[in-house]
Amino acid sequence: MSLISTLARLEAVSTGRAQPAVTVRHRHLGDRPLVLVPLITAGEAGAPLGALVGTDRDAPRLLAVPQPRDRDLRFAFLAELAGIVLPYVDAYAGTVEAAERTETDPETGKRVKVEVELCSDAPQLIVPSRPGIDLLRLLGRSTRFRRTAEQDPEAPYPAPPRVPLLGRWLTHFGERARVPGSSLLLAMTDLLGRHWVTGQSTLEDQHLGALLAWIDPPEGVTGAEAALRAELERDDRGQLTCPPAGPATDPAFDNKLLAPAIERYDRARTALAAAQDGLEADDRLGALAAAEREIRDLVLSRTRPTWDAVWRGLDLLRELPEGARVEERWTRDRWSFTGHRDRVLAGEPPQPRRDDAVTAANKLATREREQARLEAQEALDDPLVMAGRRLSGEAFAGEVTDVVMTYSDGKRPSPRPLVTVRTDDRPQLGERTKVYRSLGGKPQSADFVADEEDGAYVVLRILDKMGRGKEPEPGSVPEKGDRVCFTLFEHEQRGGAKLPDPEETPWTHGGPPGEPALEAADPVTEEDVL
Amino acid sequence: MPPPRTRGTALRQQLAELRGPDVPAKALDARALAALAANPGCARRAILDGAGVDKTALASALGAPAAFGQSQFALTRGNAFEAKVKADGGAELLRLVHEKLDRSAEPPADARVPDLTATGPRGRTARTELELREATARPGEWTLLDHPMLALDVAGSPAFLEPDAVVVHPDGGWTVVEIKSFPLLDGSADPAKVGAAARQAAVYVLALEEFAARLGAEPDGAPAPYVRHRVLLVCPRDFSNLPAASAMDIRKQRAVTARQLARLTRIEDIAAALPEGICFSPERPAEELTAAVESVPAAYAPECLSACELAFHCRARSRQEGAVTTLGRPVRAELGGLTTVEEVLAAARGEAGDPGDPAVAALRRAAALRSEALEAACR
Repeated sequence: MSLISTLARLEAVSTGRAQPAVTVRHRHLGDRPLVLVPLITAGEAGAPLGALVGTDRDAPRLLAVPQPRDRDLRFAFLAELAGIVLPYVDAYAGTVEAAERTETDPETGKRVKVEVELCSDAPQLIVPSRPGIDLLRLLGRSTRFRRTAEQDPEAPYPAPPRVPLLGRWLTHFGERARVPGSSLLLAMTDLLGRHWVTGQSTLEDQHLGALLAWIDPPEGVTGAEAALRAELERDDRGQLTCPPAGPATDPAFDNKLLAPAIERYDRARTALAAAQDGLEADDRLGALAAAEREIRDLVLSRTRPTWDAVWRGLDLLRELPEGARVEERWTRDRWSFTGHRDRVLAGEPPQPRRDDAVTAANKLATREREQARLEAQEALDDPLVMAGRRLSGEAFAGEVTDVVMTYSDGKRPSPRPLVTVRTDDRPQLGERTKVYRSLGGKPQSADFVADEEDGAYVVLRILDKMGRGKEPEPGSVPEKGDRVCFTLFEHEQRGGAKLPDPEETPWTHGGPPGEPALEAADPVTEEDVL
Repeated sequence: MPPPRTRGTALRQQLAELRGPDVPAKALDARALAALAANPGCARRAILDGAGVDKTALASALGAPAAFGQSQFALTRGNAFEAKVKADGGAELLRLVHEKLDRSAEPPADARVPDLTATGPRGRTARTELELREATARPGEWTLLDHPMLALDVAGSPAFLEPDAVVVHPDGGWTVVEIKSFPLLDGSADPAKVGAAARQAAVYVLALEEFAARLGAEPDGAPAPYVRHRVLLVCPRDFSNLPAASAMDIRKQRAVTARQLARLTRIEDIAAALPEGICFSPERPAEELTAAVESVPAAYAPECLSACELAFHCRARSRQEGAVTTLGRPVRAELGGLTTVEEVLAAARGEAGDPGDPAVAALRRAAALRSEALEAACR
């Protein structure tokens, strides 16, 4: 955390309101995000209790599992979820635009441009908090290897038809969420935490209710008071008035309300199974439906406040103007989405449990590169983020006080103007340090030549983006009196060294992975919970 | 009688008085151990845990109840899993210990599972020690101690610990077993939870080593039994409730915890600094309790929220005082000698503070840069 955001945190404490951490929005928000507020059952590995899902804030779909330990009910939940998520994803898979991609020609080995399809937009999933992302990843893992009755008629407990596909998509969303700056799957606490600084610690910021209370406190209440209320206030039944954003539920809710309701449901189900005749069965079916409705109401009561909070957060975020380079990062998300769509269409098997060495190394390299890209782009888009980089000596801003024209040696002398910048910043410049500034969205580089008067004046030699002629193109060299901002970090990220194809994996890294074997589903036993 | 003994008795007497009359001492549970790891320097936590005060009840009595609770679903599932692992005289558990930790030994069959029931923590500890001694004296046999009770000297007073199980190998070595209900998915588990389990196991190992050293010092000349530094973590495999085990090397956690324990302010010193006649019994009126709690300094940090029952109380106090540590330890570390919110803001505004102080100078630059950027954005 930089000193600037620390200072903002302290200001938030003293003013009682969250302070801006940025001046523009740094994540893409689609027109129709799919909001998903899941709940799980405590103590079980990925046993969903219910969820609120939908793209319409006024009409969420409620899914609930009246007995989370029941395999059939859980499959019914997943099938229902697939029935919402997959059509939403498919709606984006159909609309494409033509795009170009460079690929290596397998015959000549040359880099050639090929025309490919790129989905013109991509789906976007929003969950309340980071554990929600982990849960989607876990659900993806638990379902993508399942076999349907069609795939494997012999398999015990076959999964409903679209569930394995849901698992593959959730896995893809979960994996993509690990790439810095991506927006296919976002957690609301992360989004808000990136854009505002509250008067509490980052640990406490993980509570969506408290975080929102700081950013947007009710009339006449300070953020601190509202956040405390969101964290701790309980009603006369001992329940939190602002339920945790999940997926874990409050133990008091589990013990006081949910457990008795599930017990009633179990009893009603046993009674129905023991019914002697049709008339009795009808009665007991009614009792069972009532018990199920009770659980659905409970799930709704725990998810609806979070649902509203997520949409409130989206409203707040939409008030911020989008950063200039957000669109470019979203295009990368669209590529990622299109790539997975193609893999699914081509009938490739689900993502393996463990990546092979080359895939894993590629993923890591991508995350590192995207992290560097994100940091550079956020700074360029946002003076407040840039201020943090200036404070740490990674950038400097100032006024041009002098421009002297010089030329490079050589047959065709090119312009190499010397620009003197007066600055109050303290950049960490060494001999011939390269610095960059953004010129019409493209980076222009310069060499550090000298500093004068103890760093108050910095002399730079501009190196490129001045055209081909002897005289620099107009506007390509800063003029006296201009405000300029140079960075010591590069604006665009170069790809690292190319990794070998998976078939060429050296023996030091386990050797070629061999033919992709279809991974077996998790074995199921009678006593399994999932 | 030698003086240390007298002092010890006096301390025990004093701790009992702090706890309140007729209030039983609470054993150091997993959460207290986590709190110890999260905040070893907190004198308040140290004396309350050392005296065995029920912090949950205390926090409620103070009007800032802890938010910890356990869902009965998790409890049922955890207990069912542990029972399954230990079923059948611990056959499955011992098989896992043999497979993961001691393959060269004879496979366990007909292991001894002694009865460890006794009254009170002291009684149970004595019983456990008796059985450990007995089992170590029988080479070639496997012994499973189900929920033994161990005593560990924490800051000068004994703390009672209850591991899930301790296994005595045929060669006389001892292994700590931790049974957890979070899943081992494709061979890996949540690192935060595994870390917590490792720290917990490390404390058990230290307690066992303390007892082993005492055995070794006995005049019968038998060498001290050794405590294995690889413990067994047993979790449900993937999405099933079949047990999967993994050996965890806890040497690092053991070293860290040992160092923390050695550096703890002696509880007797904290106790000696307390004013006369204070008592933490939840029966006392809230005002008196608040004063009692206030008489011991706390070192609140946000990490306490996930480990200590008293955290909400300490947080409220810390916020009242405007301490910057309420915003996190890294924040505190950045601000040099400035410790309160108002102090920092005044320094940043240029109203106070020594401009020669690097922390103050950096703050002023940060404030200037921040307001410049915000103004630029507004234009």
